[in-house]
Amino acid sequence: MSGFWEPFEFAFFRNGLAVATLAGALCGLVGVYVTLRNMSYIGHGLSHAIFGGAAASALIGFNFFIGAGIWGLASGLAIGRVARRRGVAADAAIGIVTTASFAFGIALLGLFGQVRRALDAALFGSILGVTTADVAVVAGVTVLAAGVVFFGYRPLLFTTFDPEVAQASGVRTGVADAVLMAILSLSILATMKVLGVVLVAAALIIPPVTARLLTTSFARLLFLSVAIGSVSAAVGMILSYHVNVSSGATIVLVSALVFTVVYGLTARGRHSLHLP
Amino acid sequence: MTPDTLVALEGVTCTYGKGPAAIRDVDLRIEAGRFTGLVGPSGSGKTTVLRVVLDAIRPSSGTVFRAPDLRVAYVPQIETVNWDFPVTVSEVVLMARTSARLLPWPSRAERRQVDEVLERLGLPGLGSRHIRELSGGQQQRVFLARALLARPQLLLLDEPTSGVDVRTRHEVLHLLSDLNASGIAILLTTHDLNGIAAHLPHLVCLNGEVLAAGHPADVITPDVLQRTYGAPLDVLVHGGMRVVVDPHGAVQVIE
Repeated sequence: MSGFWEPFEFAFFRNGLAVATLAGALCGLVGVYVTLRNMSYIGHGLSHAIFGGAAASALIGFNFFIGAGIWGLASGLAIGRVARRRGVAADAAIGIVTTASFAFGIALLGLFGQVRRALDAALFGSILGVTTADVAVVAGVTVLAAGVVFFGYRPLLFTTFDPEVAQASGVRTGVADAVLMAILSLSILATMKVLGVVLVAAALIIPPVTARLLTTSFARLLFLSVAIGSVSAAVGMILSYHVNVSSGATIVLVSALVFTVVYGLTARGRHSLHLP
Repeated sequence: MTPDTLVALEGVTCTYGKGPAAIRDVDLRIEAGRFTGLVGPSGSGKTTVLRVVLDAIRPSSGTVFRAPDLRVAYVPQIETVNWDFPVTVSEVVLMARTSARLLPWPSRAERRQVDEVLERLGLPGLGSRHIRELSGGQQQRVFLARALLARPQLLLLDEPTSGVDVRTRHEVLHLLSDLNASGIAILLTTHDLNGIAAHLPHLVCLNGEVLAAGHPADVITPDVLQRTYGAPLDVLVHGGMRVVVDPHGAVQVIE
């Protein structure tokens, strides 16, 4: 038992556990809207888009979070704008904007190789380097996202379920879309230090999809997705210390295991929605 | 305008992008308590007219009058609904109250209103069910319940019987007649001349422009149908009802 508690003696681990749990909850919350809007690809795409901003920030010596954040926000809004044009599907818009941004980051790395080490952490996550300030950033974004979802619950649900009728009913769907994209960008930015841009997409997708197998109510889906995301992250974090595997990878593997178990248990259950 | 006018379109033309006009020079007046059907072939501009009435799109030219503080509710085509979306009947109905309250959960009064409207539409006790677990007629009534919770003076329905069986079509038609009798004006679009349009008190035939308007006895004529659908159609009178017949086939519902 003493072996189990061993990592808790270290401040870096306690910080890492706190930030991972918050990141799991945050991605679980935001991921509900991402998956229900059939924009799962956007998590993957936006994290890569932010990579371009991170590279540019490192090159000019600008603050990493602010530079990458502005870049991610601009990318998110650009995707939302392009996808609203008839004839351009959301996944195509994501592909265009984010791959261009990712390629820009790669090009910068090729030209200025000295920034590579700092960006490795952004690509694959660096839980050992998490500071109290990083915990505060993730906590702040989590509180912001929770506030937006709490006070914007009704318009966000209506806009996600039935955007045309929501707009016709007086809901400002354009504002709802923009707010969600901004929150998604901030969430990816805040969590990429823990999970890495490569794995953050999984944290956005697996918890809500797992929760969706367990409930037919939107309200319960939000609670379940947050619970699955945060618990998977905490368990994955602890496990990663004991098996000496990357924290981001372990968190995602635990989430995938939870999904597999729930999928198996609900295959013939009444909660299964027989997703296409 | 009369005091009973809810919405009036005068010379309304709508164009999407640089394409041809979806509707041209349309005049349409919706009076309080009236039950109107918009009929016409696919692409004739029926949904565009609904959107103009709803104030969802602005016309390229012409004027639209709306009664002050008019409450309009819209029921979309049931075939456009995402039935896999994790949402219960109550959660759908409560969407009508989106702007009424900041907190996520319904107030006690809202819960009572949802129960009342579900009871009124013959859906008592189904609030916690997933929308996919209902029959076709019940699913259509869930979206009617959402519209009614907004306490509309004017109810707009886009193809309310599209993709439903005959029994459900009868259910929906009777329900709409009851709602109209309670004082709600209704404007619906339909492809279904025999099953729906012939039973309505007022029809507007549309094909880019308004070709005829009035009682079905005046509107469902071979001449008007020829101009509306661009194909020769015969009209028989059976049991006091007008039945549209395709001379090249059997009695049909034009779609």
